[in-house]
Amino acid sequence: MTNGNWPLWEVFIRSRQGLNHKHVGSLRASDEEMAIENARDVYTRRSEGISIWVVLSSNVHASNPTEKGPMFDPAEDKVYRHPTFYDIPDEIGHM
Amino acid sequence: MMTEQEALFDYCLRIGDSSLIIGHRLSEWCGHGPILEEDIAIINVSLDLVGQARSVLDYAGKVEGKGRSEDDLAYLRDVTFYRNHLLCEQPNGDYGKTIVRQFLFDSFHYFFLNELVNSKDQFFSGYAEKSLKEVTYHMQHSTKWMLRMGDGTEESHGRVQEPLNDLWRFTGEFFAVNEVDEILTSKGIAVDLNKIKPKWEQYVRSIVQEATLILPTNNWEQLGGKEGRHTEHLGFILAEMQFLPRAYPDATW
Repeated sequence: MTNGNWPLWEVFIRSRQGLNHKHVGSLRASDEEMAIENARDVYTRRSEGISIWVVLSSNVHASNPTEKGPMFDPAEDKVYRHPTFYDIPDEIGHM
Repeated sequence: MMTEQEALFDYCLRIGDSSLIIGHRLSEWCGHGPILEEDIAIINVSLDLVGQARSVLDYAGKVEGKGRSEDDLAYLRDVTFYRNHLLCEQPNGDYGKTIVRQFLFDSFHYFFLNELVNSKDQFFSGYAEKSLKEVTYHMQHSTKWMLRMGDGTEESHGRVQEPLNDLWRFTGEFFAVNEVDEILTSKGIAVDLNKIKPKWEQYVRSIVQEATLILPTNNWEQLGGKEGRHTEHLGFILAEMQFLPRAYPDATW
């Protein structure tokens, strides 16, 4: 609150059909209770969800964009990590 | 002496007009809320209330049986034909004042609908059950802001204590009974206002106390809305709200 703003929260919503909570955006609130209510008002107005998680943005630790190369490029030529790489013998049938 | 039909029509207007007018007041905050999140929150409440008003005014038109639609009733009646509580038409002021007005109304609305659920009139019982879900949230929202501001800083405390002193005189009207109540309460259609008064008082007292606020001791009651005698503010609201359909009677939207 040093700059006069309320802390920033990341909002995760689980939709009616969805199994996982998905990140939908962020908002400001003075505490977790207000954050959930604000999330209800801002992000579920059109029946988007049945469950809400909020997390202080300052508690989210992120990968560094400048390390994108070493982090993610090596996976690109490892096609054998995808199940589609493998031929399925005919006798197995439909999987 | 009023007929039962006339009383029922009047009762619909009392409920519908109160939601419409306070809903319209809240809509004045659209784009002007103190923060984006609260702007959306209060407009959600506004839309809930206007939606509730639509369904009651639609029913009012049917009860009256003169072919008036919800739009006719909302846009083509003048001040003296409105039956809303005087509290609902009071100006927004700053956000503290809006919250106090909303807290006083939401808490009454909540206990009122809790009883209206038992109405022998099928429209009212269904309407109350559906609206109660929305109003339960409204009450939670305004209650939390009363607590935050009342029990906040010296500045925020003053911003809710002062309007509480100012608006308290309009709360007596919630429980003022007239001919309409006498006709409909005995039939099990209208809510027995004496029954909900102690519940409302107890709730308001407990929140006011928790918010470290003080209830005014002046018990003067400003009445009149239920009979169409309004404060000077309602005319200005209607002038704005009704301008378009009066200036362009064939407009559709």
